[in-house]
Amino acid sequence: MSTSTLEKHSKALDAAEDGASHTITITLRIRRFNPEVSEDATWQDFQLEMDPKERVLDALHKVKWEQDGTLTFRRSCAHGICGSDAMRINGKNRLACKTLLKDINPEKPITVEAIKGLTVLKDLVVDMEPFFQAYRDVMPFLITTGNQPTRERLQSAEDRERFDDTTKCILCAACTSSCPVFWNDGQYFGPAAIVNAHRFIFDSRDEGGEQRLEILNDKDGVWRCRTTFNCTDACPRGIEVTKAIQEVKRALITRRF
Amino acid sequence: MSAETTPAVNDSVSLYDVDNPAPVIEPPRKRTKKTPKTTRTNFEMYGWLFMRLSGIVLVVLVLGHLLLQLVLDGGVSKIGFAFVAGRWASPFWQVWDLVMLWLAMLHGANGLRTVINDYAQRDNTRFWLKMLLYTATVFTVLLGTLVIFTFDPNIR
Ligand code: HEM
Ligand code: SF4
Ligand code: FES
Repeated sequence: MSTSTLEKHSKALDAAEDGASHTITITLRIRRFNPEVSEDATWQDFQLEMDPKERVLDALHKVKWEQDGTLTFRRSCAHGICGSDAMRINGKNRLACKTLLKDINPEKPITVEAIKGLTVLKDLVVDMEPFFQAYRDVMPFLITTGNQPTRERLQSAEDRERFDDTTKCILCAACTSSCPVFWNDGQYFGPAAIVNAHRFIFDSRDEGGEQRLEILNDKDGVWRCRTTFNCTDACPRGIEVTKAIQEVKRALITRRF
Repeated sequence: MSAETTPAVNDSVSLYDVDNPAPVIEPPRKRTKKTPKTTRTNFEMYGWLFMRLSGIVLVVLVLGHLLLQLVLDGGVSKIGFAFVAGRWASPFWQVWDLVMLWLAMLHGANGLRTVINDYAQRDNTRFWLKMLLYTATVFTVLLGTLVIFTFDPNIR
């Protein structure tokens, strides 16, 4: 595929002028649920003309805007920052706005369903409250004692690096809703709450680590983790979630011995 | 353009409408206000540690056991009353079997406790399954211990 710059340019121009030539027909198979119509959830297929370089979110938009306005899903930023559009795409938890059609075999029907382990309210929208409850329970804010410093709290680059990975969380719930322990027992704190506790436990400026460790030492805390690694696979931010959980476990053990 | 696999609305008269929505499906054991707060014990931590430590010891004990019983020196065909009596004549094998019995039983029981915690949905089911498990574990451990210590090679 070696083409001269000139030729490439003209091809690109051609393609731009003839937009339709890019597109392929895809089937979006969406798990629909509307409690105002039926108590059963059903699969519904939508045929779409899409550019394979577009994202699943674009396909959902196309359905909602052009075919069926009743389709319900959350999205806000559309750029992988707000964490509102985690869903189960082809059986794996992903952000619809970060999943390109070409990366998930658009030749076959693409299944899209709500994330598991949380109550489905309508179509792809779930009740996130239990997820945020677990998040609040680990006290995800800086805890200090003594007087406030007059200047910023200084931290070395190494100390900052210690918890860098877990600062990236966008609270999308992809990890927690991929965890089989959470599916079976919603009282488990879940990976996301532990990740966000980790972010403060290992922050040298924070002084509430002991309290957070005590909370996660609970019977529904870190010890319920069975190292399945589903959370690490699911995280759209590439956070090593399972590793963070193990680090909290290790901190709990070294604290005792 | 849309090809539907299933009609979104049933042909039959729908039971549900805006004022009367269908019940949503709650996931098992939701975290609620009534969920007890921290347990303030280290039981789960010790349980977790025990699984790993006993696991390491069990690798040696169980694999050694299987090797001796089933592979070396003629395999299974050698096993009989005389073989067992001969082995338990030595305190070394008595201790080996005793430690293996206790570790494997407690390890297995704690593992099954985890499985029950994971899969039993109703509090009652979970409680009774665990009671059954604990009873069976205590019974097996005590019976095994009793046999190891009171074994009589001259029994008729
Ligand atoms: C041979 C050496 C063994 C090693 C290294 C080992 C190791 C482990 C470890 C580390 C766990 C915890 C897994 C987790 O927390 O996710 C576990 C779970 C378990 N083990 Fe063992 N084990 C061994 C032998 C046994 C034996 C002999 C039994 C039966 C008596 C047994 C029954 C179980 C059960 C029922 C579980 C729970 C399974 C689960 O959590 O899904 N293991 N084992
Ligand atoms: S750890 Fe990753 S998957 Fe889990 S909530 Fe945060 S961003 Fe989402
Ligand atoms: S819409 Fe904001 S993360 Fe996808």
